[in-house]
Amino acid sequence: MSTVPANLFRRPQLTLMQILGYAVLALAAFVVVVAFIDGPRTFVQVVVIGFSNGALYALIALGYTMVYGIIELINFAHGDLFMLGSVLAAIFLEERLNQTSSSAKAWMLLAVVMIAVMALCAAFNVTIEKLAYRRLRNSPKLAPLITAVGVSFILQNIGIFMNGSAPHSRASVLPQSSWHVGAIDIRLKYIVVVLVTAPLLLLMTWIVQKTRIGKAMRATAQDRDASLLMGINVDKMISYTFALGGALAGAAGTMFVQVNGTTRYDAGFRLGLIAFTSAVLGGVGNLLGAVIGGVLIGLIQGLNDSGLGFFPGQKWTQTVLFGILIMMIIFRPGGIFGSHQQEKV
Amino acid sequence: MVAITTLAIFLLVAAGLHFLNKASLQKAAIGGVAMAVAFALPHLWFTTETDGYLPLFTIVLCAVYALFALGLNIVVGFAGLLDLGYVAFFLVGAYVGAWFMSDFAVNVSKHTLTMNFHFLDAASHKIPGIHLSFWIVIVIAGIVAAFAGVVIGAPTLRLKSDYLALVTLGFGEILPEVFRNSDQLPGNLNLTNGTKGIGPVDRVGMGFLHIIPGIPKTIVSSDYRTKYYVILVFCGLFVWVSVKLRDGRLGRAWMAIREDELAASLMGVPLMRTKLWSYAVGAVAGGVGGAFYATIVGTVNVDTFTFSFSIIVLCAVILGGMGNVWGAILGAVVITWFNYTGLTWIGAKINNAAGTKFNFINLQFGLFGLVLVLMMLFRPEGFIPAARSKQVKKAEQQTLANLEVGE
Repeated sequence: MSTVPANLFRRPQLTLMQILGYAVLALAAFVVVVAFIDGPRTFVQVVVIGFSNGALYALIALGYTMVYGIIELINFAHGDLFMLGSVLAAIFLEERLNQTSSSAKAWMLLAVVMIAVMALCAAFNVTIEKLAYRRLRNSPKLAPLITAVGVSFILQNIGIFMNGSAPHSRASVLPQSSWHVGAIDIRLKYIVVVLVTAPLLLLMTWIVQKTRIGKAMRATAQDRDASLLMGINVDKMISYTFALGGALAGAAGTMFVQVNGTTRYDAGFRLGLIAFTSAVLGGVGNLLGAVIGGVLIGLIQGLNDSGLGFFPGQKWTQTVLFGILIMMIIFRPGGIFGSHQQEKV
Repeated sequence: MVAITTLAIFLLVAAGLHFLNKASLQKAAIGGVAMAVAFALPHLWFTTETDGYLPLFTIVLCAVYALFALGLNIVVGFAGLLDLGYVAFFLVGAYVGAWFMSDFAVNVSKHTLTMNFHFLDAASHKIPGIHLSFWIVIVIAGIVAAFAGVVIGAPTLRLKSDYLALVTLGFGEILPEVFRNSDQLPGNLNLTNGTKGIGPVDRVGMGFLHIIPGIPKTIVSSDYRTKYYVILVFCGLFVWVSVKLRDGRLGRAWMAIREDELAASLMGVPLMRTKLWSYAVGAVAGGVGGAFYATIVGTVNVDTFTFSFSIIVLCAVILGGMGNVWGAILGAVVITWFNYTGLTWIGAKINNAAGTKFNFINLQFGLFGLVLVLMMLFRPEGFIPAARSKQVKKAEQQTLANLEVGE
């Protein structure tokens, strides 16, 4: 009898932070419901767009989260790699292969181009890591961060040379038609994006969870020195991580330019930051979290852009998203699921 | 003539310092020459009004950016906190300058239509709006920026360095958007005039100083020479503040945090308070520079405040040598000259020689990125390393040498 701890019978106590957390969630739910009542048709369309954007953010966010998990570096250049992917895909498909409208042949070529761009972006990312980050792995933390910012600017400059300094509209080969469900129009291209990204995400999960390389990558992320002692080639694992992240960024870039029909040299800076927000929302280093975070951020952005209900509209998008980023980092640095990790000493 | 006189004066001062045993001969000579060049610069034979390789406008901007670099150097160089949103303080300072030195106040709402407040200003009293003396506005800008630094810093400075970089970057992105959209706030309130910007900003009045021959009563917009001297005074003041703080208790606490945060806190350094001070002091330079910038360009436009500004200033600090006051100034002068004049000037020369029509301005981003990457890879301590990082390097080599002997 006396072995039962006294606190077993006490009701779990809510901390102030938890109460605040639930209050924020309730407020968010309220705002969403009001938006739905304000315009149910627009709401559904916006949710579809948001979901498809979110899928792209998830692809980019995975690259951030994996790199952070393995070498604890916020790879500022990752968003710009995504931008390069979008520019390369547009150049290949539109200028080299002359595919400007939707057809079966164009879709085949799009698939080929996407794989090529994924390979190229993977190669870029590995090269960047080898040339710039690897030498700084043991220097003070400021050094690789500043280097990443520098690489980001270099990539943007390459983007200017390849795409011009103004937004460049690009032809899309995705179906432009809509799907009518009752009174709601759903653009098919958004469905295609989700259909393309979902298998990629599953493939990614399979590689990381089930394969030998994935196991070695996870081990390296957990403890680099111990992995080294276990005979894992740590440098190689870091390269693999960058390659995987780069490939996902390439895929995201290809789909981004196809869906939006335009790209710009600084698209990667802003989208990269949004994708990083997704990674933070899901908990940096948490792969599933990054995907869920990406979709959530996509939905929030879509709803905000629609201006329904209490949402302030497109001109406040950055403020809303980066506001979430700052709030998350300050109050819940472990993400919506993650627990707050103490800094390793 | 001007050049020779100033050189002579400053060499004499330097020699005096040397004989008072305050500086080594080499340092005194370099310092004397550098100060003489800084003072005589707008009057030297190679400076031009508008074109050429050293126009006066670029010189003024070099000095303004030197002030920004001095401010960021305190945050990044002394305290080791990566701030990627320094543009926020620049923005705050510039808008404070625009609010208190223009007729904008009449546009704010329908209740302020007849607002006409003048205090020690250089503007005509017929112009409505709020017009304070530039020298008061500078103080307000510094205080408001420091306050902004504390507001941004208080919740964020607990974070790890890489998260801190992101949060500051986020603030640097949010603030321009808030200012861009604050022209149609609820109640028809217009606080920032949105994308149209605020202007014209009043001239700088020199007050009683104009009894000295050569100093005008107010600085007209084309009088870049006087503007340069005004900002030079602020640079000098901030150099003095930086050096005093660096050698004092606060500066040593900053450097302790930079080298090892955990060890510093165990030694009794109050982390939050010390970091907040670095933010506040660094922000003051940003605010003062921003308010001054508003008077130079005459119109404050929200599109000026971009992420690339933060990166340019960061480049300046890193190029010169993180933690070194003189390095930050040198870096700022080099980077600013390159950004505003050098790139086009060199580009034009190359295009003329090779007969090409390449647009060198397009290389701007890539070059700044390259500066950051190459400096981090090959000379992380910068061109003029801080005395402390020299010592650290020496100590490391010593340890290595001892180890080899031991084996």
